[in-house]
Amino acid sequence: MLGAIGAGSVDELFADIPESVRLDREIDLPAGLSEQEVYEHLAALAARNRHADAELTFLGAGMYDHYVPALIDNLLSRSEFLTPYTPYQPEISQGGLQVMFEFQTAISELTGLPVSNASVYEGPSAVAAAGYLAKLETRRTKLVASRGLHPHSRAALRTHAVGYGMDVEEVPLTGEGATDVEALAAAADGDTAAVFVQQPNFLGTVEELGELAEAGRRTGALVVCAADPLPLGILKPPGEQGVDICVGEGQTLGNRLDFGGPSFGFFAAAERFLRRMPGRIAGETRDVDGRRGFVLTLQTREQHIRREKATHNICTAQALNALAGVVYLSWLGKRGLVELAELMLRRTHHAREALGLEAINPGPVVREFAVRVPDLEGLFERARAERVNPGYRLGRDYPEYGDGLLVAVTERRTREDIERLARLVGKPAGVAA
Amino acid sequence: MTELDPRAREEAVTIFERSRDGRRAFVAPATDVPEVPVADLLPASQLRERPAALPEISEPELVRHYVTLSSKNFHLDEGFYPLGSCTMKHNPKLHERVAALPGNARLHPLQDPEYAQGALELMWRLQGALAEIAGLPHVSLQPSAGSQGELAGLLLTRAYHEDRGEQKTKVLTPDTAHGTNPATVTMAGYEVVKVGTAPDGGVDLGDLRAKATDEVACLMLTNPNTLGLFDRNIEEIARIVHDAGATLYYDGANLNAIMGIARPGDMGFDIVHYNLHKTFTQPHGGGGPGAGPIAVSDRIEPFLPSPQVLRRGGDNGAGRFVLDDDRPKSIGKLRGFQGNFGVFVRSYAYIRSLGADGLKDASQVAVLNANYLKARLAEPGIAEYLSIAFDRTCMHEFVLSGRGAKEKLGVRTLDIAKRMLDYGVHPPTVYFPLLVDEALMIEPTETETKERLDDFADIVRAILEEAAADPEILRDAPYTTPVRRLDEAAAAKRPVVRWHPPQV
Repeated sequence: MLGAIGAGSVDELFADIPESVRLDREIDLPAGLSEQEVYEHLAALAARNRHADAELTFLGAGMYDHYVPALIDNLLSRSEFLTPYTPYQPEISQGGLQVMFEFQTAISELTGLPVSNASVYEGPSAVAAAGYLAKLETRRTKLVASRGLHPHSRAALRTHAVGYGMDVEEVPLTGEGATDVEALAAAADGDTAAVFVQQPNFLGTVEELGELAEAGRRTGALVVCAADPLPLGILKPPGEQGVDICVGEGQTLGNRLDFGGPSFGFFAAAERFLRRMPGRIAGETRDVDGRRGFVLTLQTREQHIRREKATHNICTAQALNALAGVVYLSWLGKRGLVELAELMLRRTHHAREALGLEAINPGPVVREFAVRVPDLEGLFERARAERVNPGYRLGRDYPEYGDGLLVAVTERRTREDIERLARLVGKPAGVAA
Repeated sequence: MTELDPRAREEAVTIFERSRDGRRAFVAPATDVPEVPVADLLPASQLRERPAALPEISEPELVRHYVTLSSKNFHLDEGFYPLGSCTMKHNPKLHERVAALPGNARLHPLQDPEYAQGALELMWRLQGALAEIAGLPHVSLQPSAGSQGELAGLLLTRAYHEDRGEQKTKVLTPDTAHGTNPATVTMAGYEVVKVGTAPDGGVDLGDLRAKATDEVACLMLTNPNTLGLFDRNIEEIARIVHDAGATLYYDGANLNAIMGIARPGDMGFDIVHYNLHKTFTQPHGGGGPGAGPIAVSDRIEPFLPSPQVLRRGGDNGAGRFVLDDDRPKSIGKLRGFQGNFGVFVRSYAYIRSLGADGLKDASQVAVLNANYLKARLAEPGIAEYLSIAFDRTCMHEFVLSGRGAKEKLGVRTLDIAKRMLDYGVHPPTVYFPLLVDEALMIEPTETETKERLDDFADIVRAILEEAAADPEILRDAPYTTPVRRLDEAAAAKRPVVRWHPPQV
């Protein structure tokens, strides 16, 4: 090969790199290992993690322990889905492109909004992406976010807003753990580009979405709703309640917990925002022989064409995770999604009663609820010894709920599991298991 | 040329059109709590009136649908994929196995760090390895992809300057830059200033000096650049940028050329992003997931995203790993949780498999393969039509111009690319970088054999011979694919971006 190149050595090929910036030693990393050794090393590391099958977990707060059907593992491991690049050559990428089109259709159905993109990175950065669309659309300078929005979403919004040149103002929750609609109306003004709410909110509360949307719309602000797509199976779609943009975290749709990622984010909007959407969008068309096919469309929005005028900088998104999402929704099907969401709903309400603790959000909840636990650390101590994870300590993000516990009840938590947690809650402080 | 399975030529049918009332795959777990009516649990205002129109389909038909769709994808495990700037190297199968271990795949991101020590240790070790590879001491794994890493880099730059009481408004990007660079600049609230390219393919130093004013916050640079050329003036570039008080940002899309050979940190870069889905073998998944960790110098470290994985205590390796969010100067969060951990597992497995030697070998072979293929494509019968855009020793990729083919054969780069589809190889990146007329950007990667490279050169030659005989063959290509050329203009003019049930 060197002969064909006309070089005497491989080193010669690197002659353009000045000596002064060449590394004059080996990089300081361990020597390579065999496949078996790498497996054993990684298996030993993984064994030190207490995963969701190794305990009884009520932990949610943005990612949830739902059952992922076997056919998802099977389909996602196919090289045909796992190893292609972004479909820049549509003639040999019809599988991936049609998956995107189907995904967009499913997200549109769930959110009640007519257009969806083919995925963004994940939930909180999808919220921030909606803020960028609002900036481009309204040229206003303020973003108003309910404290019912996931703390990570609010953090991501604040981080991005520095670049957008916008301020973020937070709206408090009421004493019942719902967004304070009057405070939202007061915060939204003529400078407000968008108001952000979450359905169900971080505490699990089912928000009065229509009222919140109306409070935002009055000022000409866009209304952005972050939503969990699974409860949308039984909740009124945001698109039917005056919401302009619905974004969210897609982990609950057939994706692994994976210690936080990769999952996918979704981004759906009213028709008039189609040409301002971030990221890839698949569209239907015909080939020269008149056959139906799919392409990446409206690419003049995107960074590789529009460069500094792009509607977002996103390139690689989460195509494989979005595939898991649409396969999961097809597996559940029209009736299954409702059955699953109703089961969650009933078990969640049952769990709140069974625990018998003071509710922070006593109103309607779908999969998660917040309670005050007088002896929170004692509960964690007792539970840990029994390999039970009671949930999320709200005090980490909400000083006002210092004794708050956020409890998630997915379809994997049975009545018996709930009773086990209730027994732990009921034990007097100081009596270890 | 491969004959296509006739079934792949069937008219596309979406999963929604396969739906029939009453069919299903899912069976719900038994309801073991009181069946309280839903209307008693949810407010009437928030009840969905009719179920979302998801497909109703049996499991066998569901599986067949997606397996059939999969057969319409060309993929890396099937054949040569020399997509420039995308680093389509082999994805080792071990990585899928270790990523799927329950301790990784089933670990909740908010698990008490005490019970996630294995995951945190893996992240900490990956941070260390990436820091060593880039020659910069501090790593954040958080960004989800290269583009989010870029945004992090510019927000870090802004935080750094503001901390020093400096206001800067512009960011320099070469005219060869990936589109993500200028798009990121705008999102980060800066104005883009383009820097020209010199006749040797590197940054035009005169232009850079003229534009590197004290209003400039940063120069974003890819090195080797998108022409596949290492910028020989990198030290001078770093001096100019630093003298202006700006940061130097390394777009890591092309890091695969220099692992173990040269390090961005040693060249003067302040901030680097890695594309774990390019250099470090995360499968591309048809458009993600990826991950875009960043590495930074000491002066940028205080501003890194939160949380950071740290090791506390125990010099003898007995330390505990923690997620530190006590970072008062941090830019905050780009996204939720700790980043794309599943990607970290695969990339860490890759780094441990190859080790120091192996990573250097990988880069050397990537460069050897690119130069060999460049030499093969410089042979008579090809070079008259597809000429090397900047005729120097390349790094891991190179760019051809199809101007000769356009002028002498009347075929465009697009036609050549479409004809490659019939030959069972993925075309190179086309029409990028923008400053090369009719560009083809070719990156073979180190995991291809000499035979694969020779096959590709033979295919290019055969296609050009076809064009010389009858250019229509190329203009009408492809012929054997599940669909042929698609009407993209119509798709954009009257967008159909979801399926609608037929109007009854």
